Amino acid sequence: MVTAGVLAGRKMMVAAALNLVEDTRPSKRERIADLLGVIRGGDGHRVGLTGPPGVGKSTLTAALARELRQRDLSVGVLAVDPSSTRSGGALLGDRARMSFDANDERLLVRSLATHGHSGGLAEAAPAAVEVLAAAYDVVLIETTGVGQSEVDVQYLSETTVVVVQPGSGDSLQFLKAGIMEIPDLFVVNKADHALADRAVTDLVSALGTAASVGIDMERPVLKTSATTGEGISALVDALRLRANGSERVARRRAGELHWAFSSLLREHGEHAVRMLGGRRALLHEAAGLLDERVPPAVAQLWSTRYLALVTKPL
Amino acid sequence: MTRSETDPERAKKPASRPWIMRTYAGHSTARDSNALFRSNLAKGQTGLSVAFDLPTQTGYDPDHVLARGEVGKVGVPIAHLGDMRALFAELPLGEMNTSMTINATAAWLLALYVARAEETGVPVAELRGTTQNDIVKEYLSRGTHVFPPAPSMRLITDVITYAIEHIPEFNPINVCSYHLQEAGATPVQELAYALVTAIGVLDAVKATGRVSDADFPTVVGRISFFVNAGIRFVEETCKMRAFVSLWDRITRDRYGVTDPKLRRFRCGVQVNSLGLTEQQPENNITRIVLEMLAVTLSADARARAVQLPAWNEALGLPRPWDQQWSLRAQQILAFETDLLEYGDLFAGSHVVEAKTRELEEAAWTEIEAVLSRGGAVAAVESGYIKQRLVESNAARLRRIEAGSQVVVGVNRFETGETSPLVANREDTIFTPDPAAEAAQIAALEAWRSQRDASAVEEALASLRAVAVSGENIMPASIAAAHAGVTTGEWAGTLREVFGEYRAPTGIGAGASANRAGPNASRVQEIRDTIEALSESLGRRPKLLVGKPGLDGHSNGAEQIAIKARDVGFDVVYEGIRVTPAQIVTSALEEGVHLVGLSILSGSHLALVPEVVRGLRDAGLDVPVIVGGIIPDADQGTLRAAGVARVFTPKDFELDRIMEELVVLVREGTGDDS
Repeated sequence: MVTAGVLAGRKMMVAAALNLVEDTRPSKRERIADLLGVIRGGDGHRVGLTGPPGVGKSTLTAALARELRQRDLSVGVLAVDPSSTRSGGALLGDRARMSFDANDERLLVRSLATHGHSGGLAEAAPAAVEVLAAAYDVVLIETTGVGQSEVDVQYLSETTVVVVQPGSGDSLQFLKAGIMEIPDLFVVNKADHALADRAVTDLVSALGTAASVGIDMERPVLKTSATTGEGISALVDALRLRANGSERVARRRAGELHWAFSSLLREHGEHAVRMLGGRRALLHEAAGLLDERVPPAVAQLWSTRYLALVTKPL
Repeated sequence: MTRSETDPERAKKPASRPWIMRTYAGHSTARDSNALFRSNLAKGQTGLSVAFDLPTQTGYDPDHVLARGEVGKVGVPIAHLGDMRALFAELPLGEMNTSMTINATAAWLLALYVARAEETGVPVAELRGTTQNDIVKEYLSRGTHVFPPAPSMRLITDVITYAIEHIPEFNPINVCSYHLQEAGATPVQELAYALVTAIGVLDAVKATGRVSDADFPTVVGRISFFVNAGIRFVEETCKMRAFVSLWDRITRDRYGVTDPKLRRFRCGVQVNSLGLTEQQPENNITRIVLEMLAVTLSADARARAVQLPAWNEALGLPRPWDQQWSLRAQQILAFETDLLEYGDLFAGSHVVEAKTRELEEAAWTEIEAVLSRGGAVAAVESGYIKQRLVESNAARLRRIEAGSQVVVGVNRFETGETSPLVANREDTIFTPDPAAEAAQIAALEAWRSQRDASAVEEALASLRAVAVSGENIMPASIAAAHAGVTTGEWAGTLREVFGEYRAPTGIGAGASANRAGPNASRVQEIRDTIEALSESLGRRPKLLVGKPGLDGHSNGAEQIAIKARDVGFDVVYEGIRVTPAQIVTSALEEGVHLVGLSILSGSHLALVPEVVRGLRDAGLDVPVIVGGIIPDADQGTLRAAGVARVFTPKDFELDRIMEELVVLVREGTGDDS
């Protein structure tokens, strides 16, 4: 019932599926794998948004969602926020910055805490994205923009958008930190700012030949203002072009490899990777296994094999 | 140097006229409020202070979905000129001194007031009074803002420049430190953030280019303040004196005002409501009187107008008798005691002067810190000021919980005789007419059907044109008032042009205030329990915190959200101004285990049961808790409607509240670990 509800985009069932995939109890693993097996590879376009704190990602996400809904595309939003290292709890404040029609059945916003998953995205994030991609036309994944998460978001998305703001040293710092290769699209938000055009020029020259202003460029740099709405429509146009792009399948498969591999790493550590023949061999093997199994099932297979190795009597 | 020192005669003069005495009043309907105003004036009150209801303050007509349950609750609903007529029936506007607590819609309420004067033949230039018109503290504390910072500042300067030209004795803005203290500000923060707000406003007026350099000192002279006074009344006395000297310095050095009269710090005061207790509420009258002393004893730093809260505000809305008790306290101080026969009592006091200087210096440092961040508005948008306030408030709550800050009847001397004043609690508070909302909606419909529709359309079209062009909004607003435009139509037109703004919340800021509190081991126990609960539930318990309705006082909800995170909950913070339907949708989408609602405006009976019903209809059987100013009698009603637990101001121990939440989640999920 849940599975059919997810595929039909029924909000109550989508929410129930999200509750299920967040559930860490071993007894739920099989049900989760079953669910993922059916809904896997949903056609929803997975768009990751990242960037330094304070550039207006939440407001931009809300503006994008509204524009997409106006074009009659259904939207699932996954907003990932960091957990407190001390208490394990988290404050998920994105909803306070978004305002939507409460009766809109074709829009869902879910907040997810990273849950001590140091710097990176939440453990349940890939599965949650699968659920949303099966239910909605577009999935917007908004990440905290600190630590590892801005790199990891590429594994969840088919299109990665990096958001920066004008006149801020943070943005340049952010680019220097080695994230330049990841984004498919750059957005200079707060376009009403006096230095916005300057920031666009700087970005284009910093990115080199592949980048230019304009939605159909290989790596476009766009200017938006989430508060006035400027540039939102052009950004959605650029995203829709990529939704028809051919690289989506490959990007999804790369994400699944990472998902399976990082699950193993999380559960058993580097020792398991070495015992099972190393990273390259595992990724190679996974490429085949993933034809038949969902990533958590691949990780489960490796885990079983590893446990058999280390518990073998001497 | 204070003025008394330079003028030895002054200390001897049988000095001063009494300050203006007001009572913050308004409820149910314009007609009921008019009757209340008139009886207050008959009791010797010398100025009016209009409390507007939340739909009026946030620019919604009474029939808007967000107005449900809020109409006529915390003040009077004013939807159009007809309401303004009823509000001031038989009150000669030319003789009134009317203070209006109105901010996002200040330009509109002033337009209605001016229109009312015009149609009764009162020269507009003779109007006296105040529009609060300070949006910065709305973003920080009070939460009735509507528009983004830039258009909000533009509306503020429109009101100021209009008033300078047409209503010379009107105070077009009351820069508020009051609500900063309610949000937790220390005296230094109160000084600094109010003064940088005033600087931001004056700079903005200057930037409009509408005021000549020669006239600018007049603008400076019209800036007034609305200040708070807490129970530490010696320090508060010094804070008032620091305001006087800092404002003198700012107006002289930054704006080059040479006339000392135009540099005077002019303020009205409402003393502290935050410190009033639900326990042994009769003690509050003592607190109120002591706080009044802080703002009246110094002749050189005396409030121009004073309004006092009532002893029972932590229980619910005060009755006319409760407000009369507070008014009488003012009258006794002004007319029975010899206070007004003397000049400044503290000039030359080493203790007072040293403390005043200390506050001045610390405040100056903080003023410079904010200016270096681009000024008050930039420091609001970046969350800097909010973060400082949240930290101060969290520290205050920790001191009370730990007992290091004594609150008589709360954390010391808790036992005693039962108060005869609250023997019958339902009768000790005021209940606004529950039929007022329906009546107001009916009256609005009648108003709409009787007016000239094409005149309304024209008026709204020119209002929109002016909003876009940047001309002063006031003349078009006054014309709209005459044409019969409603509050919701006026604000709706500007919403379309300006957009709406959701201010930074205190919860992002609170992330840095992550401390265990007074009882670290108790907190650790709660964390351990939640850890165990997370394992048996399969995911971390998730709590939704939201404020249904229009009440923007988010400090309580934010403190709960931060504390819940600090003990290990995942907390979805929904913020202010959400409908019951939005809360239900959020609870469903987020998969929460518990829903927490905060309401201080008295609209709980209308909104809370609707949330509970909506949740059950959506198949969500999660427990619902409510926090706020909830009268005893209503608590039973809410529980009967399915609310699991009601928290009121007397529940000040956050740790205990958290323990109860854990139990509720456990029961709600059927977890018996």
